[in-house]
Amino acid sequence: MVIDLDKCTGCGSCMVACMAENNVPFRKDESDKRLSITWMRIFRLTNGKSFPKTDICYLPRPCMQCAGQHEGHSPCVSVCPATATDYGVETGIVSQIYTRCFGCRYCMASCPYHSRYFNWWDPIWPDGMEKYLSPNVSPRMRGVVEKCSFCYHRYQLAQEKAFMEGGRELKEAEYQTACAQACPANAITFGDLNNPDHTVHRLAKPDFEHGGRPRNPHAFRLLERLGTNPKVYYLSSRKWIQQAGDNYLKNEAKMKKPVHHG
Amino acid sequence: MDSALIPKGVKRCPLWQFLLFIGAAGIVLLWGVYAMLLCWFKGLNQTNMNDYYGFALWIWADLAVIAVGGGAFFTGLLRYIFGKDVLKNIINYAVLIGFICYSSALLILAIDIGQPLRGWFIFWHANVHSMLTEVAFCLSCYFGVLTIEYLPLILENRQIDKVPFFHYLGHNMHEVMAVFAATGAFLSFFHQGSLGGVTGVLFGRPFGYREGVFIWPWTFFLFTWSAAACGPCFTILVTKITEKITRKKLVKDNAIELLAKISGWMILTYIIAKTIDTWYWATVTAPSKGFTLMDFYSNNPLYGIWILVVEILICGYVPALILITKKGRKHSITLWAAIILAVIGVCLNRWVMVLQVMAVPVMTFDHWAMYYPSWQEVATTILPVAYGVILIAISYRYLPVFPNEAELNPIEPLSEAVTAIEPSMASEQELKPAEA
Repeated sequence: MVIDLDKCTGCGSCMVACMAENNVPFRKDESDKRLSITWMRIFRLTNGKSFPKTDICYLPRPCMQCAGQHEGHSPCVSVCPATATDYGVETGIVSQIYTRCFGCRYCMASCPYHSRYFNWWDPIWPDGMEKYLSPNVSPRMRGVVEKCSFCYHRYQLAQEKAFMEGGRELKEAEYQTACAQACPANAITFGDLNNPDHTVHRLAKPDFEHGGRPRNPHAFRLLERLGTNPKVYYLSSRKWIQQAGDNYLKNEAKMKKPVHHG
Repeated sequence: MDSALIPKGVKRCPLWQFLLFIGAAGIVLLWGVYAMLLCWFKGLNQTNMNDYYGFALWIWADLAVIAVGGGAFFTGLLRYIFGKDVLKNIINYAVLIGFICYSSALLILAIDIGQPLRGWFIFWHANVHSMLTEVAFCLSCYFGVLTIEYLPLILENRQIDKVPFFHYLGHNMHEVMAVFAATGAFLSFFHQGSLGGVTGVLFGRPFGYREGVFIWPWTFFLFTWSAAACGPCFTILVTKITEKITRKKLVKDNAIELLAKISGWMILTYIIAKTIDTWYWATVTAPSKGFTLMDFYSNNPLYGIWILVVEILICGYVPALILITKKGRKHSITLWAAIILAVIGVCLNRWVMVLQVMAVPVMTFDHWAMYYPSWQEVATTILPVAYGVILIAISYRYLPVFPNEAELNPIEPLSEAVTAIEPSMASEQELKPAEA
């Protein structure tokens, strides 16, 4: 996935689409964001400077689907004691097996992006809303962890269709995440990073010989220095945003760290 | 009324006084049980944990009780494997304290998981790469070992001991206790270590992450070492508290002093290793991820650099230096101070390695996450303390936990008292008493 931060307006369409697509539960009072389940969450960053030099950026954060230093050594996958989260070597997607998760939350502790969410409550849907739930995604019960799956059910449906049509390869447009489709500014691009024909490959130019580091000078990944090897690339022409993607020592970073609001 | 159950040659408080004490601890226990049931039936929304604080008070309590319960395996190792015979006077109590600590840890884990009925998945679907899997296996096995070690003490109850089968079972279990002590030490090495590895392997959390050797981060060894070093201090501390409450001398000074001396040298070597580890982490590991030491200790209301000073200097070097000196060990006040500081130190270390790890922001635009526990979390954390107090009280009253107690606290006239309680002692003479 590639997210162009210069295009993102912070409208939240991706968050809404994600929640609707994946039956993400919500409560009446969602004021405590540390209890809200938001597979896709938008952070608001500022450069910390006062007017007229102030600048802001909205940063959508799905699960980074980390590959780790060697394929499959994601921060969360390696620690789950019950193998309830797994790394798909075919897709590079980190899965979550809700029926196997027993809610120890070790994976949440391991994730520096806070992409994993615990179901502190059983989901309660407003009257009649059950009819609008997606039949392709199982709702989760209280006491298990959930996270963004890059709309894996869409991948499965697309694969099934391709298989029925003679086992052909998937086309780029056939498997798209809900957030990518919903973004009105076309800030989110989704595809196969390994496929040179896909837009995401052309945008990020990942260097797989060096842990997938982007060769595009405007592209960066969140917390790349930790060695998580994420599959979400961000684009921005603004230097302070690029630097906001990672932690730097004083002698490394010439610019002030950004400030997060909300 | 219950005098027939009380060990021979020792004096216990009246039954009403005992029941009053048990009742008071029982109320606290029931409060904890109520909170536990709330968590089980209503879910973990009863806690103040959140998606930033997935690990909180309970995991700290788990790590802390396991660390201080380390006195059981280390004292057993010294007594049975290294032949420190003088420790036979405190080994029973060390085992009992260990049993309480480990059963408490398992109970807390059972409350802490979101789906308690699926707890067995950790064994069934075990991920061998996860430190928590290693913890679960070794912890459960070691709890089994502690149960086996505690059982002979139960069998030594006056009435149970009358049954020849139990008498000889207890005696034979004592004979093979070295095997269990060795097994316990082996299992403890791994589960104490893997608890250290729980945060040490989190390469996404620069505050907790440590490099290491092969698959084990340095925290793996530091946790084992610190548990072996500070566990005996907790054993001594609980012994001293028990002596204060019962107003009796229960363990001879030579046993306490030997354990304190070994503990002192262990703490000293541990804290030197911990200092080196902290230095390397602050100057090499963390900067390689873009963090300075002070990034972890500033811009928040609680976690200042003071915590590092307290842990390493005040609760590390100070007790170590007291305990390695003869004067320090012999003087009551300095001994008390040293064992309390050592216990605080190891608990503080576990706190830092759980709660501060969760609190430190990693993404540049994130903030420090602060947390305070709900009353349900506090109650369920106090629950094991109440349970421990009750089990110690019952064990002390009815089991010969302290082999030196009768000798150190003679009852006058002894022979008449025993005859009055147990008129038909002669029939027992052919049964050889079990030996610790």
